[in-house]
Amino acid sequence: MRAIRNLFNQIKNYPTAIVGLIIIAFMVVLSIYAVIKIPYREAVRLWKGGENVWIENPRNARPAWFNLFYKEKQPVTMVIKTAENPELKTVTDLGNGIAAQDIVFEFDYQYDGFPTELSLFFTTKFQTARPNVEIKWITPDGREIPMQSLTLRAQESYRISQDTRLPRRLNGAQPEKGLFADPENPDKVLKGTYRLVIGGLVFEPGSEIEASFVLYGKLHGFAGTDHVRRDIGVALLWGAPVALSVGLVVAVGTSLTTMCLAAFAVWFGGWIDWIIRRINEIVMILPLLPILIMIGLFYSRSIIVMMGVTALLGVFGGGILSYRSMFLQAKTSGYIEAARAYGASSFRIIFRYLIPKVIPVLIPGFVTQVPSYVFLEATLAVLGLGDKDLPTWGKLLNDAYTEGALLTGHFYWVLEPAVLLVLTGFGFAMVGFALDRIFNPRLRGL
Amino acid sequence: MLSIDTAQKRAVPTQRRTSGNLGRIAKYTFVRGSTILITVVIGVYLAILIANMGGYVDEMRIGQLKEQIALEMMNNEEVRLMTMQERKEYEANVLEVRKKQLGLDRHFIVRSFEYLWSGLTLDLGTADYLLSDSGSRWVRNILGERLAPTLLLMATGQLLLFFSAVFVALFLSRRYGSPLDKLVVAMAPTSAAPAWFYGIFLIMVFAAVLGWLPFGGMMDAPPPPSVWGKLLSVLKHLILPAGAIVISSIFLSSYYWRTFFLIYSSEDYVDMAKAKGLSDRAIERRYVLRPTLPTIVTSFAMTLIGLWTGAIVLETVFNWPGIGRLTQAAINMFDTPVIVGTTVIYAYLLGLTLFLLDIIYALVDPRVKLGGGGNGS
Repeated sequence: MRAIRNLFNQIKNYPTAIVGLIIIAFMVVLSIYAVIKIPYREAVRLWKGGENVWIENPRNARPAWFNLFYKEKQPVTMVIKTAENPELKTVTDLGNGIAAQDIVFEFDYQYDGFPTELSLFFTTKFQTARPNVEIKWITPDGREIPMQSLTLRAQESYRISQDTRLPRRLNGAQPEKGLFADPENPDKVLKGTYRLVIGGLVFEPGSEIEASFVLYGKLHGFAGTDHVRRDIGVALLWGAPVALSVGLVVAVGTSLTTMCLAAFAVWFGGWIDWIIRRINEIVMILPLLPILIMIGLFYSRSIIVMMGVTALLGVFGGGILSYRSMFLQAKTSGYIEAARAYGASSFRIIFRYLIPKVIPVLIPGFVTQVPSYVFLEATLAVLGLGDKDLPTWGKLLNDAYTEGALLTGHFYWVLEPAVLLVLTGFGFAMVGFALDRIFNPRLRGL
Repeated sequence: MLSIDTAQKRAVPTQRRTSGNLGRIAKYTFVRGSTILITVVIGVYLAILIANMGGYVDEMRIGQLKEQIALEMMNNEEVRLMTMQERKEYEANVLEVRKKQLGLDRHFIVRSFEYLWSGLTLDLGTADYLLSDSGSRWVRNILGERLAPTLLLMATGQLLLFFSAVFVALFLSRRYGSPLDKLVVAMAPTSAAPAWFYGIFLIMVFAAVLGWLPFGGMMDAPPPPSVWGKLLSVLKHLILPAGAIVISSIFLSSYYWRTFFLIYSSEDYVDMAKAKGLSDRAIERRYVLRPTLPTIVTSFAMTLIGLWTGAIVLETVFNWPGIGRLTQAAINMFDTPVIVGTTVIYAYLLGLTLFLLDIIYALVDPRVKLGGGGNGS
């Protein structure tokens, strides 16, 4: 306990270490928040669930807080549903089971930019006679633009932006621009209250029309969306627990195993030592990334398998040699001699005397190793070998890269996961460097 | 490398010792070379086992056979007259015979050694989908074409990194405690991120926003007509990827080496040299660089080993036509022979690096006994 308090007292002298600790704490809090807010299944559903999960999100939208920096405010996605607001619908019975169901979506549009898309989704209930709708658009200055009349199926979507007849009524402008443009200045938005009026007719008792209107903005959520309308925020949040667990588990696992193996090799010597050194020589030749690539392609892309192989190869990597030389030095010291003299068993000597001697070197070592495994996960994902279910930071970078985000100027898509990766990496590296100087007396003060 | 030259001169003052040393160096080189060759063979064997456990190498060979047989049957008059049923039987029969000829019916252990040999000689047959730029489908040709760009990029980046880091480190160790020194120490954690990661930022700043340098590739399209134009174009495309390599490691390397230099500058013999009134340069060269050289060389080789495989993503990000991007393309197209081939190439490159490391180590570190056991570590 006192040792830990001492350690913290020493860390206080290193401002970078404190910054690092704050970053790590932030990442831990973020991970816990992510796992509680979006449970694993929900995260996978939000990321892999298919079109219907993210149909109400705009495509390639920037984060909503970008508006703070824009002089011309850009629209944020707006969704209005009759299912949630029954007062939008007025039903008039016309007798014989026929009824008029009129829906009016009224909204105030005060943005300077045009939306990216407009869509109407209908869900209807009927037995045999399909309901009918007449759709029109009313601008703030009172112009009425007829849009479409549709005979509805049970699920019907009317993508206003893709209606090819509409531009003819809008002087050739694209619907999402033309419907909002100021008639005197077609490049400017006419601000005010717009109305989308749906005149519906149902022909059977119990038949019902529900509609939802989606105005796709240029901005969405705290992180924006990707090319298939997925909310990047989900992957940003879930990337944190994945990165932390990968980094910590692999780093701690490999360091501890390597240390124990090196200790056994040195203490027992002979053929155990010989075998371990030969394995080390072979592992040094094995190219880690191509091997991981082959395993990812032929067997499994699961993050557990990939990191397991990494750890296995890491155990026999370069680190085992430096531990070995440290143990060789420690083996000859007097207190080991003394322990042997009083008849301590081999295991007692290894675990009570040899290993504690090198623990100070181990701690900074594994803290500085954490980022390399975090980035390894990202590297694999960038190669297209990310875990197939989990949303991670590396997979975001991969998507952004393959969709040419840098070429098309969607910098937010690259920067958000990159900044989080950098933060995590630097956080651990900063703490590791400070610990290295604390535990390594030769470096102290340098 | 000035320091190594002086090291050699100092180590071999007389003619007689030189000839004796040469013989021992040759023997040492031979022993280390063969040890590393054996480990490379074992490494490649393991890689082939991994690739084969899924039965992919077999499938790849059988696929090739089927294609070959289908081609032969198309050109065979007799076969054309056969009915569908007969054709299928004929094809199956020929396949069985061919499998026997190639030994595909033999036990896996036997075959794995054959694969090992063809892997080591890069005799991997034809690629499934990829073509070399000259249109060849032989894996060996495809790999050979991509080796030069990778070596160019790695050599440029690594040498730049090595020399700039040593110079920065020497500079800092002279100005120990200055604001610049503190800055480099504080920046050391930036090396936690790999080179490709910085590559993305460099592309964003210099290609996407400023538009000064190209996004990627190795030469302008269409290539400039003159040789000088081509050279200049390659140089222009080299700046960002090589820069990414340097940026990703410069602070950490400078920090480590500066620390080593500082530790060794506090030795008594350095104080003694100072008292003798030697110049700073002479002290650095003879008393600081000389004893730290083995450490520097090792850490250099270690970064090299890390970067060989790290280049896969770096080349992908920069669209650099090397082995790395080839690997990426092969992954996307599931081209097994090419993937196995690149793995073997990387094993060779790593082995070569370790071998050179051993040799340089023996040259610069007098404690390494030449000849005899042949184990430098």
